[in-house]
Amino acid sequence: MTEASAQPSLITDEMRATIGKRGEPTTMEVDKTAVRMFARAVGHTDPVYYDEEEAKKAGYRSLPAPPGYLGTPVFDPRTSDPTFGGRRGQGPGPQPSRPLKRILNGGTEYEYFDDICAGDTLTAVSYTSDIQERQGSLGEMLITTTKTEYTNQDGKLVAIATGTGIRY
Amino acid sequence: MANWNETQEGQAIPELKKNCTSQQLVQWAAGSGDFYQIHYDAEFAKSTGLSGIIVHGALKNAFLGQLVHDWAGNNARIKKFGCSYRGMDLPGEDILCKGVVKRKYEEGGEKLVDLEVWTEKADGTKTTPGYATVKFL
Repeated sequence: MTEASAQPSLITDEMRATIGKRGEPTTMEVDKTAVRMFARAVGHTDPVYYDEEEAKKAGYRSLPAPPGYLGTPVFDPRTSDPTFGGRRGQGPGPQPSRPLKRILNGGTEYEYFDDICAGDTLTAVSYTSDIQERQGSLGEMLITTTKTEYTNQDGKLVAIATGTGIRY
Repeated sequence: MANWNETQEGQAIPELKKNCTSQQLVQWAAGSGDFYQIHYDAEFAKSTGLSGIIVHGALKNAFLGQLVHDWAGNNARIKKFGCSYRGMDLPGEDILCKGVVKRKYEEGGEKLVDLEVWTEKADGTKTTPGYATVKFL
């Protein structure tokens, strides 16, 4: 028996009910300017990210999305988060049974099923896929896994991004 | 660019060395759309308890993507890559991106390679352990 089992679960029924519930779709545009900006920020040197001729010679439809780039959310001051640009959340959602003050970005994963190139318009839909609790070096931790599915203009699922958030 | 036939399990891939300026963090803020102030406003960063501005985790993830892309080239595609954020990195410090081939195999008619990738500080501390799967065309 771990220490955590002495106390009731951090995870409430309301929190469990959010698992798998898909959010509102967001439109993500992949365009040449943004691909170049992203590639420049990372320090990519491969010309396929900057020069469309080179990209086509290498077999891409246009500048490919560099690893980790999945389009830029369409910014609208009425609905977008001012810091992160994506759609503003609908409040913080159901809270754990005991308050947790701090938050950490635990990790990121990208899975690709096809090329994503400038000119594509992606539709992103996010959902919480898992909530776990654990005793760790930071004390009691709540680990939330969020998945975002990206579908292109042809209706094809082209990528899934997975993010892990840690609250403690 | 890498060639599947010549790739060997256990082989190290060419290292990528990064050392972020505050300018690069501002470029990343714009390029990624993440304008959280802990990455470019030292006073704001200190007000949250940090010693100063820190490198974005997602930028280190993108460095690992570049590491794999630069090795694999355009006759390959990254099928999957990811990492955990275990430690902070600061601007002006070396971030060494490294990788090792863990497995080479064929599955579902695809020629695949699994890699272990990570970033480490000059003293060898790994701050961003990760993995990647590459498909050769």
